[in-house]
Amino acid sequence: MRRVALIIVPYLWLLALFLVPFAIVLKISLSDIELSIPPYTPQLDLSEGWEGVKAFFAALDFENFVFLTEDDLYWKSYLSSLQIAVISTILTLLVGYPIAYAMARAPNHWRPTLLMLVILPFWTSFLIRVYSWMGILSTEGYLNQLLLGLGLISEPLMILNTNVAVYIGIIYTYLPFMILPIYSTLERMDDSLLEAAEDLGCSRLTAFWLVTLPLSKNGIIAGCFLVFIPVMGEFVIPSLLGGSQTLMIGKVLFEEFFNNRDWPVASAVAVILLLILIIPIVLFQRNEQKQREAEG
Amino acid sequence: MPECRFAPWNDPNEKPLIQFKNVTKRFGTFTAIDDQSFDIYAQEFFALLGPSGCGKTTMMRMLAGFETPTEGTILLGGRDIAPIPPNKREVNMMFQSYALFPHLSVRDNIAFGLKRDKLPADKIAARVDEMLKLTRLEKFAGRKPHQISGGQRQRVALARSLAKGPKLLLLDEPLGALDAKLRQDTQFELMDIQEKTGTTFVIVTHDQEEAMTVASRVAVMDDGRIVQIATPDEIYEAPISAYVADFIGDVTLFSGTAMNRTPGAKPAAADASETEAEPAPQEAETPETETVETPEAVAEIGVPADPEAPVASDDPAPAEPKAAKATPAQGPQPNKLGLWLHDKVWARVFGPRTDIVRQLPPPSDAERTAKREEPETVPAETNDIPEGGITIDWAEGQPPLIALDAPDLEDGTQVKLALRPEKVGISKTRPDAVNALKGKVIDIAYLGNLSTYHVELENGTMIKAQLANTRRISRRDITWEDEVWVSWTGTAGVVLTS
Repeated sequence: MRRVALIIVPYLWLLALFLVPFAIVLKISLSDIELSIPPYTPQLDLSEGWEGVKAFFAALDFENFVFLTEDDLYWKSYLSSLQIAVISTILTLLVGYPIAYAMARAPNHWRPTLLMLVILPFWTSFLIRVYSWMGILSTEGYLNQLLLGLGLISEPLMILNTNVAVYIGIIYTYLPFMILPIYSTLERMDDSLLEAAEDLGCSRLTAFWLVTLPLSKNGIIAGCFLVFIPVMGEFVIPSLLGGSQTLMIGKVLFEEFFNNRDWPVASAVAVILLLILIIPIVLFQRNEQKQREAEG
Repeated sequence: MPECRFAPWNDPNEKPLIQFKNVTKRFGTFTAIDDQSFDIYAQEFFALLGPSGCGKTTMMRMLAGFETPTEGTILLGGRDIAPIPPNKREVNMMFQSYALFPHLSVRDNIAFGLKRDKLPADKIAARVDEMLKLTRLEKFAGRKPHQISGGQRQRVALARSLAKGPKLLLLDEPLGALDAKLRQDTQFELMDIQEKTGTTFVIVTHDQEEAMTVASRVAVMDDGRIVQIATPDEIYEAPISAYVADFIGDVTLFSGTAMNRTPGAKPAAADASETEAEPAPQEAETPETETVETPEAVAEIGVPADPEAPVASDDPAPAEPKAAKATPAQGPQPNKLGLWLHDKVWARVFGPRTDIVRQLPPPSDAERTAKREEPETVPAETNDIPEGGITIDWAEGQPPLIALDAPDLEDGTQVKLALRPEKVGISKTRPDAVNALKGKVIDIAYLGNLSTYHVELENGTMIKAQLANTRRISRRDITWEDEVWVSWTGTAGVVLTS
């Protein structure tokens, strides 16, 4: 009985905060657009009893999902989001791994400070940080001024409102999510493993390749998922830093909701996005599970 | 005889495999190794023994190549190894934590070093199989390190470090993580493997028992210096300093002033210098000293002084034991309180007390001789002690200790006498021994096969005496709070000047 009571808490949590909202979104995605409040039909009307429920379910259909396949904007946005997510995950890994490695190799008394520096940006509002990137990257921004001042370029670079700006923004924002899991696996690693590898004939480089990298695999996987999954649905960065040619599904979703007020189509976009993300989320969970088993 | 024993260090023609030449290692201002020179010979099992922080691990890491000496050179087979990086040295190391690669199977762990040498696959497989067989790990070849037990992990680490066939294998506290029973078995296994492969082993350990068991020679280290390098038996039996004696095994140390025992005038030296201070059995050719001794000895068996006994008159007390002593053997006697009670109360019922002591059955021959010797011990002893050696004047009110095989010393030198507990006898009666001291059993450490008795002398000094428990526990007669004699021969102790 007590065990049931204990288990029921997280399940209730999941039910209230994930399944119920998802059911609502799913229901809206199966509805039709209407100029009313709320802007869709049908509404469940329990006053008409069983007949009302039947009529409600009869009115639901997959129209919106069919619509998503007809307009190429949507699947192009999905593909473009996927591409941006994959590329920026790789870039974040390339930037984050050396940082995590350096942190793990730093003297013990330095590590808390370095960790603090990684987390510090979270203390400022995310929006403000993205806005400040606009200030840095714009044509008259600090970066261009600096480069012009140094004489490295003769004309200002067009960075803001391009995909480059989006990548910069994403890498900057999601770097801590990549660094922290990798750092935690590297920090746990026994230094004597590297000495053992060297003792057995490895050079420093092969020792890294054969020992350090495989042992930080779990951190790399965790970091990549932590970056990939939210970037897939990212909205703020592409809409603030990206240009009109930057297609991302999060942006499309926003526009459907607030510009077109087409809640049913927006919900359908969200449901598809969730279905796409379920695969990496499941893979991520499995990786965490395996890691726990290996440690236990 | 000397040929069949492995002792290359005694052969001046033997070329050492490793030579430390004035090696110093400093970390900043801290000197970890202080100007050390010594040799290690091929096929030796050499142990670096010392407490943590004595520099033994630094010594080993310099051999492996993870540290370079600040000064001096280390030669391996006559070549300076300082410029050779660890991955090019013919030296392999078994790490204290084993440092097994957790992402590789047992087989791949063992093959790791061989693969780096770019050997053909079939040769690697053959060598790995050989190593698995040597360490009896065939069944676990496919498992990951976290799927095997600590003892098996230890063997994987050993197999991995031996796989490349190094000239020298370094073992850093190899058995530290194993439980006592497994450690013992593994020690023998290690010696076996060392013998089979003929590899030179250098082991670092803080466990003196481990070092003694496995090593052909032991180097005892203290504070960046090697204090003594010798075979285990030499280290144990003839330590060169109090530090070594104390570090290896159990020991009781007596500090005192040495006096040479002049031949011909045995008691004279003692008499001249120590009579005032020493009312001890040593120079007790006079009967008084004996009587001083005996009542106590008898009192402890027969009539303990009872402060609560109303008849606390001291006068009859010494007389009574003397009378009792006259009878060769006696059974349990009533104490003073008992006697008093009898005289005052029970005499009316039972009649007057007869002073005939109850007698035990007639004593056996052995017992009789033992008893008879008691009063004679002291003079006999002084006659029996061979000439030479020294006496050590170590505490007021205690007889000087006699050490017969002491080095040549000047009178008045400060020395320490190191005494191993197993060389100390313990008995309830004064034994016929060169050195005998009286004390009380404070503690008994029962180890099953052995018991160590902690005996406190009258001046508070603790002496450890160890006896093999050859009898069942119920038949051992010495127990807590017993008055006992501890004794040892003139050659049992080692005289140390440092």
